[in-house]
Amino acid sequence: METIVSVKDLSFSYGGSFKLSSITLNVEAGTVLALLGPNGCGKTTLLKCINALLKPEKGKVLIDGKNAHELKRWEIARLVGYVPQAHVPPFPYSTLDLVLMGRTAHLEFFQQPSNLDQQIAEQALRMVGLSHLGHRPYDQLSGGERQLALIARAIAQEPKLLLLDEPTAHLDFKNQFLVLDMVRRISRENGIGVIMSLHDPNQAIMFSDAVALMKNGSIFAVGPPHSVVTREKIETIYEISVRIVKHTDGSFIIPSMESFS
Amino acid sequence: MPRLRKSVFLLLLLLPLPVFFLSLTIGSYQIPFDELLAILFQGIAPFLNSDSSQTQIYRDVIFMIRLPRILLALFGGIALSVSGASLQSVFKNPLVDSYILGLSAGAGLGAALAIAFLPNIIGLTQLFAFLFSFMAFMLTYFVARDRGQASTVSLVLAGVIVTALFSAALSMIKFFTVPEKLSSVVYWLMGSMAVSGWKEVLYSVPLILLSFLIITLMRWRLNVLSMGDEEAKSLGINVERDRLVVLLTTTLMVSSFVSVAGIIGWVGLVIPHLVRMLVRTPDNRIVIPISASLGGVFLLLADDVARSLTSYELPVGVITTIIGAPFFLYLLKKRGGGSWRQ
Repeated sequence: METIVSVKDLSFSYGGSFKLSSITLNVEAGTVLALLGPNGCGKTTLLKCINALLKPEKGKVLIDGKNAHELKRWEIARLVGYVPQAHVPPFPYSTLDLVLMGRTAHLEFFQQPSNLDQQIAEQALRMVGLSHLGHRPYDQLSGGERQLALIARAIAQEPKLLLLDEPTAHLDFKNQFLVLDMVRRISRENGIGVIMSLHDPNQAIMFSDAVALMKNGSIFAVGPPHSVVTREKIETIYEISVRIVKHTDGSFIIPSMESFS
Repeated sequence: MPRLRKSVFLLLLLLPLPVFFLSLTIGSYQIPFDELLAILFQGIAPFLNSDSSQTQIYRDVIFMIRLPRILLALFGGIALSVSGASLQSVFKNPLVDSYILGLSAGAGLGAALAIAFLPNIIGLTQLFAFLFSFMAFMLTYFVARDRGQASTVSLVLAGVIVTALFSAALSMIKFFTVPEKLSSVVYWLMGSMAVSGWKEVLYSVPLILLSFLIITLMRWRLNVLSMGDEEAKSLGINVERDRLVVLLTTTLMVSSFVSVAGIIGWVGLVIPHLVRMLVRTPDNRIVIPISASLGGVFLLLADDVARSLTSYELPVGVITTIIGAPFFLYLLKKRGGGSWRQ
């Protein structure tokens, strides 16, 4: 399978004590990689390094064979779609206008979006099932709808790689699964590689093709979900005792209550 | 949200035309409307011939006095409102206008210096006002820059600091200058187009037009910039470069106008707000052109009031503030803190 992104021996530091050290990862086309790890372990920092928003001290990020940190912003944006956590922007653009912003990297400096760009944005909105909300102001959407609209915007960039920073944060129970299912489908149907950070190991089991466990700025383990999301490994990175529960749909992880008493 | 209808858009865009002709008829010297038509369109419509004995006087009043002033007010309104709308996007804050970068304080200090201490040479006050307001912006920008980045918060803070410094220097000049020059300084600071002729138009309108063109071409980029630095970068924008282009362009258009007309407040704040309410979208592809037309109309009408309300000239900056501040208060109260929302 075609490798979309490969992170090679990447190290980064903000100048303080926190750093990412020697991260190595690969993601293939049409597959989803989930990043798991406790708060502050470096998931967001790693995503920003891959998106070339932060410059690593050592190592490199190859996206579609090109060194991400040597590309211009518009070149990166044609390869990488970044989906931030659902937010409220200062100006209430319509949902369609928000999605249309995904076309910016395909425009010249003084160019306005064309009818074709408009159609691509509408199609992206249709793909996430929000065509009926295109003219609604983005800030009037529900949290789940906002997250889907941001995903549509990233799709409108026509990228080869999607980065999602905790796409399920602040979403209700149903919307978490709706969004993750959408991400997996988009990845498979369009051959887009995905890296997303998650908080729930069970969601990683259900929706990803590979999992990377992170702790203190380095990769603790990486591989297929069933071999990585195990009791011992989860207990080590989160420092909590857990139980594996077998179910017809697979094995799931729940915290054991004794560890809180 | 229904899309703005094309007809409404065109109507708003063409509003400056009738106001332009209305303004030509206003003034202390009465000119009959048929005379006005005759003088303006004689060349293309010879049947409008006018051979009143006063035609030459009418002609002078229109072409030498009213027309340049009307053009200046129109383009000044464009400069102030378009720069306001652009900076609100760049700063992701609907309560910002061009003066936040220290422009007005810079222009004020420059003009005061020239009026108080330099020989009374034509254009010198304007030149100093322009240079100092540009300098104030550069100072703001470089104070705010840290490791090659000028974040919006540090830009706003730097603007406050630069404004404070320049205002202090201005007070010092006011304090030391002789009374007859002091009154000129004070009058300049209030903002007025009373003495504007073709010279002032020539100094400012070409630069305003050029920068307005650049902003108009960048209006989609302004939308993306308003999403915040990291998001704009992820969407493919070189944020540092594009923001600097917008800041320089808006500074150029505002400084050009402020240097010939003094400090005229509230246009850049009130008009973009009003426009976003009217067109019911913050999309700059619509907000920028409509802000230009309504900003031009607003300042033109305000200036009409300034020169016709009383037997002597009122400073137009006072009028825009008297209209703008309560209107803004009304918007805030009526719409809550988010007056630009629907």
